[in-house]
Amino acid sequence: MSRTSYREALREAMREALARDPRVFLMGEDVGRYGGTFAVSKGLVDEFGEQRVRDTPLSELAFVGAGIGAALGGMRPIVEVMTVNFCLLALDQLMNTAATLRHMSGGQFSVPLVVRMTTGAGRQLAAQHSHSLEGWLAHIPGLKILAPATLEDARGMLWPALEDPDPVLLFEQGALYNVEGELDETEVVGIRSARVRRAGSDLTLIAYGGTLAKALEAAEQLAGEGISAEVIDLRVLRPLDDATIMESVRRTRRALVVDEGWRSGSLAAEIIARIVEQAFFDLDAPPARVCSAEVPTPYAKHLEDAALPQVPAIVAAARGLLGR
Amino acid sequence: MSSVPYPAEFAVTLLRDMLRIRRMEERAAELYGEGRIRGFLHLYIGEEAVATGALHALEAGDAVVATYREHGHALLWGVPMDAIMAEMYGRLEGCCHGRGGSMHLFDAATRFLGGNAIVAGGLPLAVGLALAERMQGGRRVTACFFGDGAMAEGAAAESLNLAALWRLPVLFCCENNLYAMGTALSRAQAQTDLAAKAAAFGVPARAVDGMDVVAVHQATRLAAKQVRAGHGPVFLEYQTYRFRAHSMFDPELYRDKAEVESWRQRDPIKGYAARLIADGLLDASGVAALEAEAASEVEAAVACAEAGSLEPVESLLTDVYTPERQP
Repeated sequence: MSRTSYREALREAMREALARDPRVFLMGEDVGRYGGTFAVSKGLVDEFGEQRVRDTPLSELAFVGAGIGAALGGMRPIVEVMTVNFCLLALDQLMNTAATLRHMSGGQFSVPLVVRMTTGAGRQLAAQHSHSLEGWLAHIPGLKILAPATLEDARGMLWPALEDPDPVLLFEQGALYNVEGELDETEVVGIRSARVRRAGSDLTLIAYGGTLAKALEAAEQLAGEGISAEVIDLRVLRPLDDATIMESVRRTRRALVVDEGWRSGSLAAEIIARIVEQAFFDLDAPPARVCSAEVPTPYAKHLEDAALPQVPAIVAAARGLLGR
Repeated sequence: MSSVPYPAEFAVTLLRDMLRIRRMEERAAELYGEGRIRGFLHLYIGEEAVATGALHALEAGDAVVATYREHGHALLWGVPMDAIMAEMYGRLEGCCHGRGGSMHLFDAATRFLGGNAIVAGGLPLAVGLALAERMQGGRRVTACFFGDGAMAEGAAAESLNLAALWRLPVLFCCENNLYAMGTALSRAQAQTDLAAKAAAFGVPARAVDGMDVVAVHQATRLAAKQVRAGHGPVFLEYQTYRFRAHSMFDPELYRDKAEVESWRQRDPIKGYAARLIADGLLDASGVAALEAEAASEVEAAVACAEAGSLEPVESLLTDVYTPERQP
């Protein structure tokens, strides 16, 4: 165990990857001299030079596309997009090229690209820097979507993502960067499955990224009321790990999804649809969800808080599932 | 009319390849009419001198990124006509097993990277391929074809800047046929001098007569040499014209028949054949022989496509992701 932060864990993962494989390089806006918008890449340019830690112009479409091209050309690029809202400027390349190329070409090309971006609210950055759009991207066949919520995943997901032959999008919840804790260096981090972060028997809370800590806190409160909540950390948003979800839900017979995305057409909706399709007859209550309010994320703290899934709402929804 | 500055064999090869593209596409248009080919089909007829002159100026191993009007580029870059025709038929024998169709021809073996049906979508990709080449210390050029319409896209502006900024080995090949689908260049872009537009990004640029295969070849050879030497990207604007409709659904309401006719007078194949004959590099029977060759290649390709098989529906989902390696 060692003391670290989510930010430092992400940085250490990049440092390791850059040191380990000469094909790996990092590019994005202000990743070099500035040290990264959120200081994730701080110091890396001094260690690895400007060829491998490349500052780009404000051209998301071109540098994400260039990441795809570089991946096709034999490199292992890590492309940093400042926030998920900005990745909309590059959506054409992500959707129309990265995700389609292998299938469309009859299996001739793989795109071993990793794109990292910040997602989520909680820092009063308002309506153009705060959304959780990973659910949209998780709609796209051909992409793999990761959401590290723990220090171990922040430290451990990058390398397997780089080893993956297909495009992987890694969503870092911005509010987590300063979270500190003890990193369990013995945990084996894969990028295939969800994990049960807390065992329980009365209901299953399904969360990821920025909502995991809230779900765990809710579970703790529920425990005080004699309700045993299991907490699943999805970790991989595409492809979804149905097996872990269903195993848990069949056992607890109740499911509550906590998703920072908007409710309509959300990842939460997809998960609940799957639970209904696969575990309907094991359920004791209709599956429920706590999502963000369907508004552009507001700036003022009290409004932002009100727009996001919060612990009291999770606890209340959980009680509701148990008829309490 | 200047004389053709090449030995007979190469001089004739240029004509042969233009003819191969023309006859393949004329047949494709017929097959479209017969319902054998579906989807969108964009013909390159009229523009053959560009792909032919340009691709003959590159070296094996260079990468080629093209557009949805790319049958000719694929053919000359080494994709067999059989595989192109079978792809248009949606057959397993197609270069992409029938998954891509006319607009998405790919060939990993020759580094032919599409077949991109998003206008300007290929430019960032080409920049990345060139970046990888540079970072790995290679000398290969990435040639990226796109039309005048692409020059209105943000992707083009961003890509030209990035390639110039990082001095990457990209050869930007702008096929200016004056129309972005049905919108004339002058109705879409305030700066219609596309070479000037590229130059504004710090990319050395020049315009070339795209109806003259020799001019295209010579300009491209020079440009490719400069790119290969590590002097950064070069932009060539090939001034050309599409004789046929944008696609098979286009009633051509946006341009005069007289304009089309005047460009047809500059047909790159007829004009070049006449030059070869005038220079004594070929005679009428030589032209007839090339025609016969092209016709038989086309008919063989059609036969291959007709006899082709269909990818089993069971494999619909394969290659959305890369299959896992067996331990």
